[in-house]
Amino acid sequence: MASDTVPSTEPRKLHSAVTESKVARVTLVAISLLFLLLILLLPLAAVFVEAFRKGAGSFFTSLQDAETFSAIRLTLIVAGISVPLNLSFGVAAAWAVAKFEFKGKAFLTTLIDLPFSVSPVISGLVFVLLFGANTWLGQWLSANDIKILFAAPGLILATMFVTFPFVARELIPLMQEQGTQDEEAALSLGASGWQAFWHVTLPNIKWGLLYGVLLCNARAMGEFGAVSVVSGHIRGQTNTMPLQVEILYNEYNFTGAFAVASLLALLALVTLVLKTLLEMRYSAEIAASRRH
Amino acid sequence: MEVRVQNLRKEFDRFPALHDVSLDIRSGELIALLGPSGSGKTTLLRLIAGLESPTEGQIFFGDEDASRKTVQQRNIGFVFQHYALFRHMTVLDNVSFGLKVRNSSRRPPQAEIRKRALELLDLVQLSGLEKRYPAQLSGGQRQRVALARAMAVEPNVLLLDEPFGALDAQVRKDLRKWLREIHDRTGHTTVFVTHDQDEAMELADRVVVMSQGAIEQIGTPDQVYDSPNSPFVFGFVGQSNCLQVEVAGGDIRFEGRSLGLNAEDEADGAAQLYFRPHDVRLCESAENCIAGQPVASRRVAGTRHIELDIGKDRPHIEIELPPSEADRLDRTRVAFKPTRWKLFRG
Repeated sequence: MASDTVPSTEPRKLHSAVTESKVARVTLVAISLLFLLLILLLPLAAVFVEAFRKGAGSFFTSLQDAETFSAIRLTLIVAGISVPLNLSFGVAAAWAVAKFEFKGKAFLTTLIDLPFSVSPVISGLVFVLLFGANTWLGQWLSANDIKILFAAPGLILATMFVTFPFVARELIPLMQEQGTQDEEAALSLGASGWQAFWHVTLPNIKWGLLYGVLLCNARAMGEFGAVSVVSGHIRGQTNTMPLQVEILYNEYNFTGAFAVASLLALLALVTLVLKTLLEMRYSAEIAASRRH
Repeated sequence: MEVRVQNLRKEFDRFPALHDVSLDIRSGELIALLGPSGSGKTTLLRLIAGLESPTEGQIFFGDEDASRKTVQQRNIGFVFQHYALFRHMTVLDNVSFGLKVRNSSRRPPQAEIRKRALELLDLVQLSGLEKRYPAQLSGGQRQRVALARAMAVEPNVLLLDEPFGALDAQVRKDLRKWLREIHDRTGHTTVFVTHDQDEAMELADRVVVMSQGAIEQIGTPDQVYDSPNSPFVFGFVGQSNCLQVEVAGGDIRFEGRSLGLNAEDEADGAAQLYFRPHDVRLCESAENCIAGQPVASRRVAGTRHIELDIGKDRPHIEIELPPSEADRLDRTRVAFKPTRWKLFRG
């Protein structure tokens, strides 16, 4: 009779406070996976399926089309110029924001974010408004035979505008956290400003920088809206790959459209893989450089 | 090299961090800048280094005016509280950095740089660790690498900013002793900043006590501890008690009673009597003594600290006695009198 009141000695299963029941966990994971499958993987697979629908031969033939080829070339040129420029501007801006105190710093930080908050179409439109034929600047440019709008310079400017924040945004928090002590140490040991930057600052931020460049490049090659406004869609001359995809698609050349699209998708996949590899290979170092 | 600081003033955004500081540092001396946070000690160190530029005043290295020189031209060695080692470089590369970045006319050959760096690592007892990265070292080892790195450029003056601040107590103690040995061996003129009075007293030839952007007192550890020249130094360096007293005709009176202390040269009027907890003598009776009721007692290493309530509205007084003497005390009433003391007005 007394033994009835003794609590059972059978060990009770104790859950960690933040762990949910198995049903809840499985449901949540399943929902996320299903969502990713529907929204991300299926469309991505569709791009490749559509590109190869008429066989690999037709895929490669459509890539050899002169206009398509010129679009690929233009995209590489635009990215090849705007990414290095944004790399240097980004490092300079991050350096200024993170390491110096000056008036208007908050304003500069906000300004860096501007391209992210503005619709890409507007980003393109500002250059049309700036360099258009009926503006003072536009008239001066055409008088001097300089082409910006509807030519490569316009495309590069629009792309730079849209992709400016990637490098700077990646670096600012990193550099702010690292402070200026390493640089001070280098200077106190007799290093010049340039030596301190090259031997101390740059190695400290290299992973963050690589990250930013990777994302910047992906966006530079894939940008549609801003580029579309300033391009003028001159076939074989001012069409980048995303614009070429649209044109081919509108002409019912599905194989061609999806072949170019599959290249862009491939670029996205390569970027993702590189990003993951970077994180895996250097996660300890990246974490260390952030923690320090 | 001797370092002279003359009438140095520094303002940050109109806020004065240092006003009119002058200090002569002799060649080969080990000097401590001691003060609470915000006293300007780190600012002074950074001004000497050239990491900040003064609003007014001058700094001389020997006979040369260094105030207009850049940090690179001053050839100093600076050690930071958080080491500031270059984390992507090995220990050896860290130590060689200062020599490697020299322009080719002043740069020793590569083999020479390596040899010197290894010698310095030997000096700081880190031989064999030259291939490690800073992340693979303990805090104490990192700080020793930082010191070797600073010494590699054969600096005019070695400046250390709270060098042991980030380390735990035991390591701090070991490194203190070790730094003193290194200093005696190498003879670099050295200035270090600390807020830890024990560190300053144990390590330095002379201590510079700072408060609110000004120097309060400069002296050997003995001078600063035994004859503090202001209530601040009395309170900041070591423990102290303060008592409100009256001086009348060369006699110090507490609550109307004479304490039997001789103050012949002192003018009449109100004053504060400062004395150290261990500079006291117990009295048999309360006559000519300060009396109070023990309210707390703590054993700290070899002495017993007794806190006394000496009357309403007065701060408690703490005295230190050898445990054997303390154990024989009356638990309700203890009378004592200061053996060493100093009066301050104001």
